[in-house]
Amino acid sequence: MIETRQTGRLIAHFLLIVAVIAMGFPLYYTFIASTHTSSEILSPPLSMLPGSNIAGAYGLALTKGASSAGNVSMTLMLWNSLVMALAIAIGKIVISMLSAYAIVFFRFPLRLVCFWMIFITLMLPVEVRIVPTYQVIVSLGLLDTYAGLTVPLMASATATFLFRQFFLTIPDELVEAARLDGAGAMRFFKDILLPLSRTNIAALFVVTFIYGWTQYLWPLLVTTDPAMGTIIVALKKMVNFSDADTPWDAVMATAILALLPPVAVIVGMQKLFVKGLVETEK
Amino acid sequence: MERRAIFPNKKLPYLLVAPQMAITLVFFFWPAGQAVRQSLYQEDPFGLSVTFAGLANFHRIFADPNYLYSLQVTFIFAIGVTVMTMIPALLLAALIDRVVKGKLVYQTLLIWPYALAPAVAGILWLFMFNPGMGTLAMLIRSTGYNWDPSLNGTQAMLLVMVSAAWKQVSYNFLFFLAGMQAIPKSFIEAAAIDGAGPMRRFWTIIMPLISPTTFFLLVVNMVYAFFDTFGLIHAVTAGGPGKDTETLVLKVYNDGYVNLNMGGSSAQSVVLMVIVISLTIFQFKYVERRVHYS
Amino acid sequence: MKLSKATVLALAASTLLTAPALAKTQIQWWHAMNGTNNDAVERLAKEFNESQSDYEVLPVFKGSYNETLNAGIAAFRAKQSPAILQVFDAGTGVMMAAKGAVRPVEDVLKLGGFTLNKADYLSGITAYYSDPSGKLLSFPFNSSSPILYFNKDTFKTVGLDENNPPKTWPEVFDAARKIHEKTGKCGLTSAWLTWIHTENFAAWNNVPFASDENGLGSLTPTLKFNGPLNVKHFSTLAELAKDGTFRYAGRTSEAKPLFLSGECGLYLDSSGGIGDMVKSGMNFGTGALPYYPEASGAPQNTIPGGASLWVMGGHSDEEYKGVAQFFHFLAQTKIQVRLHQETGYLPVTLAAYDETKKSGFYDSHPGREQPILQMMGKAPTENSKGVRLINLPQVRDIENEEFEAMLAGKEDAKTALDNAVKRGNEAIKEAASRLQ
Repeated sequence: MIETRQTGRLIAHFLLIVAVIAMGFPLYYTFIASTHTSSEILSPPLSMLPGSNIAGAYGLALTKGASSAGNVSMTLMLWNSLVMALAIAIGKIVISMLSAYAIVFFRFPLRLVCFWMIFITLMLPVEVRIVPTYQVIVSLGLLDTYAGLTVPLMASATATFLFRQFFLTIPDELVEAARLDGAGAMRFFKDILLPLSRTNIAALFVVTFIYGWTQYLWPLLVTTDPAMGTIIVALKKMVNFSDADTPWDAVMATAILALLPPVAVIVGMQKLFVKGLVETEK
Repeated sequence: MERRAIFPNKKLPYLLVAPQMAITLVFFFWPAGQAVRQSLYQEDPFGLSVTFAGLANFHRIFADPNYLYSLQVTFIFAIGVTVMTMIPALLLAALIDRVVKGKLVYQTLLIWPYALAPAVAGILWLFMFNPGMGTLAMLIRSTGYNWDPSLNGTQAMLLVMVSAAWKQVSYNFLFFLAGMQAIPKSFIEAAAIDGAGPMRRFWTIIMPLISPTTFFLLVVNMVYAFFDTFGLIHAVTAGGPGKDTETLVLKVYNDGYVNLNMGGSSAQSVVLMVIVISLTIFQFKYVERRVHYS
Repeated sequence: MKLSKATVLALAASTLLTAPALAKTQIQWWHAMNGTNNDAVERLAKEFNESQSDYEVLPVFKGSYNETLNAGIAAFRAKQSPAILQVFDAGTGVMMAAKGAVRPVEDVLKLGGFTLNKADYLSGITAYYSDPSGKLLSFPFNSSSPILYFNKDTFKTVGLDENNPPKTWPEVFDAARKIHEKTGKCGLTSAWLTWIHTENFAAWNNVPFASDENGLGSLTPTLKFNGPLNVKHFSTLAELAKDGTFRYAGRTSEAKPLFLSGECGLYLDSSGGIGDMVKSGMNFGTGALPYYPEASGAPQNTIPGGASLWVMGGHSDEEYKGVAQFFHFLAQTKIQVRLHQETGYLPVTLAAYDETKKSGFYDSHPGREQPILQMMGKAPTENSKGVRLINLPQVRDIENEEFEAMLAGKEDAKTALDNAVKRGNEAIKEAASRLQ
């Protein structure tokens, strides 16, 4: 028994390592590229071992990123990205959780209409609604504001859908018990639903934070003030394929630097995962 | 799906959906209405000459022989991406449940590819797989295999599928993992005591219990493949060679954003929306029946 | 006038301590300049803003050329357009057709009290950005031209003369074959098949790309790039692609690393790409864009790629005066000389070219004079003023699709070009119907 278990584990480890390598390769490639010079990157094949340009590339990324963005410091752009990512992540989770709660745990005449109205928003190609959405932002006077950057991206069918799926798995008995105890709708939400949703909230926080962090087209369109720039826009500003020198080393280094905050969020949320696990086992 | 136990409040639910509905109406329905209206007009990019065209834009779509081909390309792409995403993700989530050591490290390393900005990912795939500049492309070519996605349609399709699926595996893995973590360990232990092996436990306990998540991911992946991949495809193959990787949404993007044909592009996106909405309704009607909620 | 300006200056200086930005008219300039070009743009704006106190130019990066054009369109529709919008070469036709949305540069300059002397400018460039009557519509900002690059080491290895690059297409193909035979590597590759091998091919060989002066005189020109010379050219490319003598890597400049890494010995690309070759430290040389000896009048002149600055409608006269002053600032010889030498783009004025030549810059920077020589000397003919299709990006896509089918061996050159012309003509008619 124990022996087969161990071989099973070994196989699992082996497969996981293979997957980690395959999945992580593009990131490894980015890192490797960030340690070579621009001309080495442009003359393939690139060596798969770190080069010697690491200080040059990251030094350039930290200084160059700033100068190319209209004298706006890297810190400010990172801050803007952070504000955008946090606002979108928190906003999305809050409004989706509330609306999913309403749709699953209440009966009201417009329930299905609301559900489908929210759901259908999954299916709108961004490119098509970008011009009219821009016009809405203009008429609301939200150009160059954090609200303009974030609010339109907060409505999320995906998150609502996920919470709906999860809420449907909550046993009816739990609701009945809470009601017998005299708990109202909001107390049930706060004391029971919220703690139970922890792993899903953590997972959603990770993807919505990254979604906000990696936005490119929207911030490009609704901001003209360099002080509102985000790190991803700054990154694209450095890249030119055909007509000018691109500091590829600095581009790769910036890509790695821009990866750090989301990775920190992933690592931070992992702890929530484990915590949630331990508590359900109690 | 309906549940029996509900709260009796009458006004509260409206209050709860209000913020979501407000944003949805202002930022989705208003623009979507504009898109539908635009699909009935012919106009120049700057909106200087606008004429009512009736259904002319739609007629043109269905008269275009390339449209059917693009539809076919889209379905192959969407199915390919969904399969290449969900199966590895589910497998990895199941594997990670079995290991004790290094669990956190594995998790992090499997999720972090998702953090790479799509704007950067497109460039990266070129640097790896383009026959001109790709390091891996050169490795493949040096084995004697004629890797040339810039001219070989099948290889190009494979390349865009892999690049579209890659990040999405992390996303799927994350939610499968969250779904599995929420399963009370007592269930699985009880089954183990009853003598069920790991494979049996996976199929009879874990799979049914995470089916709501699986259904969620199925819908999300399909929508992703249909709508969210134009930037990537545009960067990696630009729809080529020929039209071999031109999916419907890339066509919408090309016609609206590159060729500035607002009416035609809006009409295409209306058709695209109808296709995906019908697919989703189909999934809710038939696939969701097999989902076990509580 | 001068006095009042001085007074304004003095006033501005005196108020500088209390409210510095208040009196200045702000001029938004949306652009797509990334990489080191972005630094050049930021510097220009800074210098202009410091040179006078009435106006403030605010450069804003709006993404790729396509993203910038779309941002400009969205903004125009929402009445938020910038005063200056940078639009790439292929978007020129779109902007020319949008008469109500733009203000011709020549009119704007006049409004600002400046006269434009066309004889001071490089004719190949200004012709591209002018209307049929010769009125300059947009201000040429960054222009480049396709040239031939070759690897001197490869040339030496296979016994080709590294100081005498091939001049005609038959010579280029022979050299490519020789490289392939002797080294087994690829002989020739190219960026931008559309811009270089159909649009510039037509201008340089003085054959039509399309009727009506390549679209300058009509919204619905008929494409003509399936003539015998075009078929001959593409047949040879398709033939050479079969055994790997010619290699294709993508629709824009994906082929560049094939040249940089020494994989291919000859390479055609924009003169703007020279910076990467210099930086790579490879031993390369440049030559003129090849032509066909049998084409009468060849070599004629090339047509510019790159982008120009359009003035958007709907702004105040005060802003237009500022724009005029800014363009006047840009056209100064010392600015043009610097832009030319730093960015690698062509100078717009002849004076800037002369001064650069006198300074000995071209002797120390081989290859940098080549694109300019291709753009001047001969007065542009009706085949070489440029390509002005309202949907050029779409026609380029169609061409690329057919070229890819041809290079993959699915159709021959004649069929590919005929198909591209036929499909392109339909697309042009449809696009034109949206404008009426």
